Order: sequence, then C-alpha cells, then structure tokens
Amino acid sequence: MERVDTSPLTIYQQYLDRGELAYQWSPTAGRAVFYPRVICPFTGSDRLEWRVSAGLGTVYATTVTHPRDGAPYNVAMIDMDEGFRLMSRVEDVAPEAVKIGMRVKFRLHRPGGDEPPYPVFTPLEEGA
Amino acid sequence: MNGLVRGSAAIVGVAESDLGAVAAEMSAIDLMAQGVRRALDDCGLALKDIDGLICATAQARTSGLSLAEYLGISPAFIDTTILGGSSFMFHVAHAQAALQLGLCKVAVIAYGSTQRTIGRRHASVREYNPYETPFRPFLPSTAYALAASRHMHQFGTTREQLAAVAVAARQWALKNPVAWEKKPLTIPEVLAARMISYPFTVRDICLVTDGGGAVIMTTAERARSLKKPPAYVLGCGQAITHANISSMPDLTVTGALASGRQAYEMAKLEPADIDVLELYDAFTINTILFLEDLGFCQKGEGGAFVENGRIAPGGVLPVNTNGGGLSYCHPGMYGLFLLIEATRQLRGECGERQVAKCETAIAHGNGGVLSSQATVILGASATV
Repeated sequence: MERVDTSPLTIYQQYLDRGELAYQWSPTAGRAVFYPRVICPFTGSDRLEWRVSAGLGTVYATTVTHPRDGAPYNVAMIDMDEGFRLMSRVEDVAPEAVKIGMRVKFRLHRPGGDEPPYPVFTPLEEGA
Repeated sequence: MNGLVRGSAAIVGVAESDLGAVAAEMSAIDLMAQGVRRALDDCGLALKDIDGLICATAQARTSGLSLAEYLGISPAFIDTTILGGSSFMFHVAHAQAALQLGLCKVAVIAYGSTQRTIGRRHASVREYNPYETPFRPFLPSTAYALAASRHMHQFGTTREQLAAVAVAARQWALKNPVAWEKKPLTIPEVLAARMISYPFTVRDICLVTDGGGAVIMTTAERARSLKKPPAYVLGCGQAITHANISSMPDLTVTGALASGRQAYEMAKLEPADIDVLELYDAFTINTILFLEDLGFCQKGEGGAFVENGRIAPGGVLPVNTNGGGLSYCHPGMYGLFLLIEATRQLRGECGERQVAKCETAIAHGNGGVLSSQATVILGASATV
C-alpha cells in the first residue's frame, strides 16, 4: 500500500473540527470500521472510505465512575445506527439516569486548551 | 492446542515471593529471584538446571535480560510474552512446547511487582488512547463495570450476586495464612463500601498488593524423579478478543469460551471432571463470566450460580481457594498465583482450605480488560 500522508486519527479529528462524527466504511467487508485504521480488520484491505455519521445511536453499556475528588460522571458505550460502537458519555442527564437502550444523538464537545474536540451524546427527545 | 501433548510436561516447583507490602527498595526482579530460589527449594532442582527462562512484569521493559543477568544465567530458551494478568498461562503453553521440542529441559516462569510500595501509576503506565482517554475511564475498573452493566441488563444479575463472589473469596482467604485480608466480609458490607465505578464498590475490586513468585516446569519423565508429586499439564487454551473495552465484540461473552474449549479438548476432560477452579477474579463479575464461559453453568446463570455459598468453603464447587485476587493478593498481573494454588491443591498441601480428593484443577487467566483469556488444566498422577 502507498505511503500514508495524513493519519487516520488526523482525518477523524479534522471531521470533528468541522462538527462531524466520521467513521470508515469497508467496501470489501460491507460494514463500518471504528476506530479509524489504515487497513480493514475484517478483510485486511487498505480500501477504506470515510463517511459521516447521522449522529444517532443507542446506549449499549453504561457506568458511573466515582473519582476520589470531584463529581461522579458517566462513561458509556454507544452503538451507532451505522453499525459501529464507540466509548463516550451521555450529557444533560444525571449520570445514573443513563440507561442501556436509551436513544441518543451526537454533540460535539470542545474541551478547550490544547485538547482536541471529541464526541459526546445527549438523550434523543421523543418524536425527534 | 494443536501440537501440545496432554501430560507431556509438568509443574514441579511453585513458590510465592514475599507478598503484601514488601521491604522498601525491593525491586520486581528481587521478587522474581526470591520466587525462583523458593521454587527451586520446592522441587529440589538447582539454579544451574534452569535453561529456560520465562518472565513478565509491568516494571521492566526487558525483564528477560534483567532476570537472566540477576540470576547469572544465559538460558537456551527465553520468552517474555506479556498480555496482562493471563501472561503466565500463555507461558505454560510456551514452556510445554519448548520442553516437547527439546529447546530446554527445565523452564522457570517468574513474576514480580512492587505496585503497592511504589504506587499503581508508577508500576503500570497507561497508554493514551485518543478514542477512550478523553472520557476518563478509570481503568481497568470502568471497563469491567461496563461489562457488568451489560450482564445485569441482559440477565438480571444483581449487585448482591456480585457481592456473593467477594464474600466467598473472603471466606477462602480466612483459611489462607498468607492472604492479605484477615477479617470476615458480608454482602451488606460489600454493597455499602466506597463506590468506584457502578456497580462496583471497592470490595468488588481486586486488591493492590506487592508480590511475585515462580513456577518451575520440566518434562513428565524428569518430573517423576523430583521431590514432590508433579502437576501434569493436561490442557492449554488461549483466545484474544480485543485490547480496549470499546472493541470487545460482546461484553457478556469472553474469550474463555474458546480457551476453555481448547483446554478441555486437549485434556479430554469436561467441566464435570474438574475438582477445583482457580479463576482470575480481578472483579466480582469475572468469576461469574468465567463460570459461564468455562461451562460450569449456562450463559446468564452465573449470578444465581454463586448465591448461597455455592463457591465458598463447604459449597458444591470450590472456586478461588487461596482467597483470590479479591482477598489474597493482587500485584497487578495475578495469573501466576492461580497456577501456584492449583498445583498445591493437586499435591494436597493446602491445609485448612484443602479440597478433598483433588485430582484435576483449572487455572484460568484473564488479561487487560477481559482482553486475553488463557486456560490451563492441571492433573495429579492418577490422570496421566
């Protein structure tokens, strides 16, 4: 395969900078790939296409982590409708109110400073 | 495991190093060397007999070099495979292969950690993962908590059932003179302890101790001429499913399903034939997952299985008879201690916690965040 000029992580973060949650699509496997890679973990092919998620998903697993100092916070795993899963958190609700099966939507979080933006989720309102 | 021959090699010497909180300035390699000395005494072999050196620790980048230099040996066979706490079960298979092929005649597997003395952050540096670290998972606890959340959701497993695992481990630990924990524990005490990552309180989570040890293996033929009854390697199996928890295919099914099947097939045994289980209990959910995946109950029934003292002393199935990572010791990569306890049970050396008529044992290792699973089935002389 050819030399990589822009790393998968750089491209992923470029999408996030524009407010988009991106993932890869493997045409040889016919399924989504996440986290972004240089080859497909299902077929070994280096043909991977970038796609932008519609941002809708379902909570697959959830916990509330209690630091020694500071408030407890949510850590969750989200199954996106496009068929990939990622670690994130659900905001706008109490951490213990996050439930498996809850429908959620993507929101960009900009931590500020030198930290790059990352995807978080909020509960999807009924009927939205 | 294809190529490994049932009973071709045996564990002949086992020993722990100092455990718990060791002397200041002791190094991980000091503890390995102390374990090697004691394990040699256990089997009657000499340092010069060792020509296979296998070790792992999170505290030395090239531990094979460090330990060989320390011991003053230049071994013919070296392996420093490191896959987390299950590394030592992988080592047993590698040692058996090396012994079968004649790459070495006597192999030692060694481990050491001073994580309690120097602090866990210094003992095991976490790698930055741009897809996980921003969410501040408290690893490994958060990862196992996510798995527990899924088990509770799918199968109705309760916090009380998780706590029953911790209580059983404590009851066994009270019968082990070298166990870290010395006081009884109840289910309400587990539930009321400090919350770490829901559903786990600090009592659902393994200890943070120092410790190390060594296991010596040789061919079955040579094993029969040594001091103590051999613990023959009847079966080995291994499976890796992921590295990071966000890439685990199904949080309720571990690689123990595959590693167990391989080990049973090689051993020509099934779950009903096993007399004692030593399962890597980094968290209370582990014991439940491994009882299911290793075939001691159906998937989803592990919570109910551990209720009412079934795996505690006096229960129907003896599990984690040394008190486990939850109550005996957990220096970070605990797998070696499962092999030590399984061997001692087969020899009948376990005093108050000895399992009657113990001829077969499982030592099941877990590494990373349910990432690497490796099963070793050991048997006493009557099984070969």
